Amino acid sequence: MGFENFGTVSFTAEAKAADFIAYLEAGKVMATRCRQCGASYFPPKMDCPRCLLSDMEWFEIKGNGKLSSYTVVNYGPAGFEADAPYILALGEFGDGIQIFGRLSRDIEEKDIELGMSLMVSPVKLPDDRIAYEFRRT
Amino acid sequence: MEEVAVVGVGQSVFSRKCGVSIRELCFEAFKEAMEGLDITGNDIDASIICSAPEYDKQRSPAGLISEYLQLTPKPSFYVESVCSSSSTGLRVAWSLIKAGLHRIIAVIGFQKMSELTSREAAERMGRGGDIIWESPFGITMPAGYAMYARAHMAKYGTTEEQLAKVRVKNSHYGATNPKATYRKELSLDDILNSEVITSPLKKFDCCANADGSSCVIVARGDVARGITQIPIWIMGLGAATDTMTMSGRESLTGLRCAQEAAKQAYGMAGIGPQDIDVAEVHDCFTISEVLAYEDLGFAKPGEGVRLIEEKQTYADGKMPVNVDGGLLSKGHPIGATGGSQIRTVVRQLREQATEAQVKGAEIGLVHNIGGIGQYGNVTILRR
Repeated sequence: MGFENFGTVSFTAEAKAADFIAYLEAGKVMATRCRQCGASYFPPKMDCPRCLLSDMEWFEIKGNGKLSSYTVVNYGPAGFEADAPYILALGEFGDGIQIFGRLSRDIEEKDIELGMSLMVSPVKLPDDRIAYEFRRT
Repeated sequence: MEEVAVVGVGQSVFSRKCGVSIRELCFEAFKEAMEGLDITGNDIDASIICSAPEYDKQRSPAGLISEYLQLTPKPSFYVESVCSSSSTGLRVAWSLIKAGLHRIIAVIGFQKMSELTSREAAERMGRGGDIIWESPFGITMPAGYAMYARAHMAKYGTTEEQLAKVRVKNSHYGATNPKATYRKELSLDDILNSEVITSPLKKFDCCANADGSSCVIVARGDVARGITQIPIWIMGLGAATDTMTMSGRESLTGLRCAQEAAKQAYGMAGIGPQDIDVAEVHDCFTISEVLAYEDLGFAKPGEGVRLIEEKQTYADGKMPVNVDGGLLSKGHPIGATGGSQIRTVVRQLREQATEAQVKGAEIGLVHNIGGIGQYGNVTILRR
């Protein structure tokens, strides 16, 4: 399985990084690290452009991150009409890892503050689709 | 080495729906650019056609447009960096002339966005992000810039009212621009009361999709002097990139691609921001203009809003910016926008602006950004 069921609308499926989805199904949000130089990557890369090697290991993104920015999208693109309004956000998880995604629908707009503590977790979507989202810690 | 000059500039009227074909649209810009030049189409050695291909029904538009303008059998090819495509085209034209391959080149930008519904257009813009990792969450261009706006507000205390003042200014000048899509002045209340598209950006914080074309004709220095009274010289060119992903960005309070491109352009021109008399910046959103003030060094980080508060970026201020109405008034036909910005600055430096003319402007700057800051081009021109 690839990325065909990732997010509300997926645009492509095949990728060497498709294990990300298997991990997501198993409840884990993962990043990759180069075994040679130790550089870590999110979105996960399966190739290290510094070492020019493809010797990567997966590691789970655990612990709390911080909200860097967000926006409440009222006007979604084609395919996202039914989702709107939804909240896009950027979270910072340390060691240079930043993650882009959505805030959980459990979080109300009035409770959002930049810098607030977040965790990232898999979320099941309708029609057997899957993504991850930011939740309150 | 020979210098390179802009000798001709043109653009079509930008509108929500042009009602003509892309070749006919490009003719409008080409015609205006050729006016007053002592050359014919036969003297043009190459054409560079610039647009964002996902909006084009025609596959490989360069061939079509070069045929319609009778530029065959001279070389023609396509250049793309989304919203900054035509300033990338100018950069390529400059280097081809410097390399000695060509003497005169036409850089033609266009976009006919009305072939798509606005939601379809938004979907294509979403695919301008990383389609595996970020597009599936529903990212759009306004959403990306809204995240910059939110971060800028949090760090520097920037307010929605300050952003709205950018639109007040640009709508003021847009009202007098016969080529602009929107020619109506907007009040602060009009802007602040408009519907929220993607918080904190409201409808009137955003530019509109449009149809339009632009044309910039570039020539080797000795040739330029022979075909036009007032060549406008290319002093500095800068180009840079940032990550496709939002998650790769080091900061959300400035566009790194613009900062890098500005540094290169100022370095090549041997000048600094204090030497710029007039500027066109990529105000796809109100926040984008404020970021541009700071990224270009017109203001320190966090202090860009002071320029708009003090009206310093009006035509009679210290640093006039977008006195043709900007993208916010003109509309944003992606591939045509950079060429339209260049046209405005060239007309300012020739003292031929029909909108507000900045008195005695000798050096001008064009800041043209692709995507949510993925590509940045800064061009410095002088009379």
